[in-house]
Amino acid sequence: MRMVDAIREAMRAELAADPSVVLLGEDVSVGGPFGATKGLQDEFGAARIRDTPISEAAVMGLAVGAAAAGLRPIVEIMFMDFATLALDQLVNHAAKLRYMSGGQLSIPLTVRMQAGASGAFGAHHSQSLEAWLAHVPGLKVVAASTPADAYGLLRAAIRDPDPVVIIEHRALYWGRGPVETGEAGIVPLGSAVVRRPGVDATIVSWSRMTATALAAADLLAAEGIQAEVIDLRGLQPMDTGTVLASVRRTGRAVVAHEAVGFGGLGAEVAARIGEDAFDALRAPVQRVAAPFTPVPAAPDLERAFVPGATAVAAAVRRTLARPDPHRRSLEEGR
Amino acid sequence: MPSTVPSGALPAPQRLRQLRTMVRIRRFEEALIELAQAHDVGHFHVYIGQEATGGPALALLEDGDVAYSTHRNHGHLLARGVDPNAMLAEILGRATGTNGGKGGTLHLAAPAHGFPTTSASVGGPLPIAVGSAFAFRELGRDRVSVALFGDGALEEGAWHEAANIAALRQLPVVFLCENNSVGAVTQQAGDYPSSTLAVGTLADLARPFGIPAVVIDGSDSGAVHAAMSEALARARSGGGPSFIEARTVRWPGNQGIWAELVTGRVQVHYGWDPATIPDPHRAWFAEHDPVVRAVREALASGAGRDAIAAIEADATREMAAAVAFALASPWPDADEAFANLYADPRVNALATGRGAVR
Repeated sequence: MRMVDAIREAMRAELAADPSVVLLGEDVSVGGPFGATKGLQDEFGAARIRDTPISEAAVMGLAVGAAAAGLRPIVEIMFMDFATLALDQLVNHAAKLRYMSGGQLSIPLTVRMQAGASGAFGAHHSQSLEAWLAHVPGLKVVAASTPADAYGLLRAAIRDPDPVVIIEHRALYWGRGPVETGEAGIVPLGSAVVRRPGVDATIVSWSRMTATALAAADLLAAEGIQAEVIDLRGLQPMDTGTVLASVRRTGRAVVAHEAVGFGGLGAEVAARIGEDAFDALRAPVQRVAAPFTPVPAAPDLERAFVPGATAVAAAVRRTLARPDPHRRSLEEGR
Repeated sequence: MPSTVPSGALPAPQRLRQLRTMVRIRRFEEALIELAQAHDVGHFHVYIGQEATGGPALALLEDGDVAYSTHRNHGHLLARGVDPNAMLAEILGRATGTNGGKGGTLHLAAPAHGFPTTSASVGGPLPIAVGSAFAFRELGRDRVSVALFGDGALEEGAWHEAANIAALRQLPVVFLCENNSVGAVTQQAGDYPSSTLAVGTLADLARPFGIPAVVIDGSDSGAVHAAMSEALARARSGGGPSFIEARTVRWPGNQGIWAELVTGRVQVHYGWDPATIPDPHRAWFAEHDPVVRAVREALASGAGRDAIAAIEADATREMAAAVAFALASPWPDADEAFANLYADPRVNALATGRGAVR
């Protein structure tokens, strides 16, 4: 199943299971720009699958107020970049109402945000802003790298009693993978998974960078280096336990993400490793991230912006003090 | 131009009920200002001067209706029956507070009384109020959501987005704008009556959306009662949103950043013996104070001075007891700071790094 179809199937399952689930977003009636919601209005009606004005702030607030009054809204933010317009509602309200009320109020809200750089969309349609959201106490933030996780995490998010942001990378939308539908396919929020076992170094990644990390592990395997690849999946709360257990075995760690490096979640992962597994480290933790620039539009520049497998492999070699055969071409990907 | 609603002629028992709420609100805020002299209360906003708006308006709500308020929320909660003991305890950060001490004056919440949350982001609660109205519609509940906000909220874009959706979907929401900027020293707009908005009449902002809008004297409890009754009836009958601009003259103690009890406590006998009003603030009490006005109106409706004096004595005693309750209340446990971030305690522990799961 393609990831975009898995996302639709997850929403369909929860819409069918719970009449209080509603979907709000711009152009969701016709499927949105990438078809994730296609056909849902025909099946569930215009009352539950609602096109909204181009009013991200009010739509997010609408969902908060609706959640406070008994609905379980799913909000689609067409491009994560536009979450900027809705941050007062998401950060000051959705995230804090349970806490500020002393536990009297639940905001069961799911926010789907399509994100990431691909397709030459340019600087307003390509950002990876997960660090902003994971920084906010009260929000949960998850990112899927496979169709199965897109399905399972989204179903878990819709059922969750707290506001959950689920980040969907559009470059993964058309990728295929096996999906176990039904209850068994639900993936707990905040659980990391080891995608590839290894003994020499740990690569921590999420979203599209997981595939990049796996490709890097292939490159390294040809050199006799066995890299373990962890897909973090849950960014808030973060499954640090899985990361630390791996680093304790390998002694080396690389964090790879598509967001820019400064203040990114790579720093959080590296800090946790430093705080709690310093004794196990045999080399400094390395980060691989996008350059500290807006996302450029030109296809060539965009490709250079997104860190590639060779950059991740090079970072692993640095932890092993191995020479890098590709050094001239892609060090700038850090 | 927006229409105006005339003062209603209300019978004495109703006048007295309104007056009781208004005097309770006033005594609460006066007690809070006095309390803040000696205790660490932080920054707070009092409702003095606006009692005739929130009191009569919110008395008309029914069980299951909700209202979303702002930083100036104390009067709103009292008007719907929230316990002043728990409110003052919350403002002082005590464990017995409405939110267990984690909300404070800016975020008093009382879901059981129809206040799911209180926002301090000025325009923030408007879309949320529309959202609850949306949910009521979807769930087939005959309930109304009220957005309470000041003139400043109309300076934020959230208002326009919220008004658009409310009008587009004809949702059961009442936008009750408490324009308390009349006479404010921070008023900069050339004419009247906003703080810093280029719009002359705030209610005009609702008209392009087709939302029925009225401008009323927010110190006239009869006018508030009439306008709010009409708006609620419209919402409950499927007629969609309404906008009320209630204008009040700013209380002299609210001219600065920090509220000060410059006028002293109000006395209900100012209503029948204006000669006793102390000089410096005679004009405000005599011409603008909604409590004194409500006393005069209660008298005119046939209520007796004794009944009015009893209301004052009761409210004074009640709020003194609330102060004592709050001061005697314990502080929250330190662990409470890490609770209720997420519904699941295990997730709390994982996210905060406190507790068993790390």
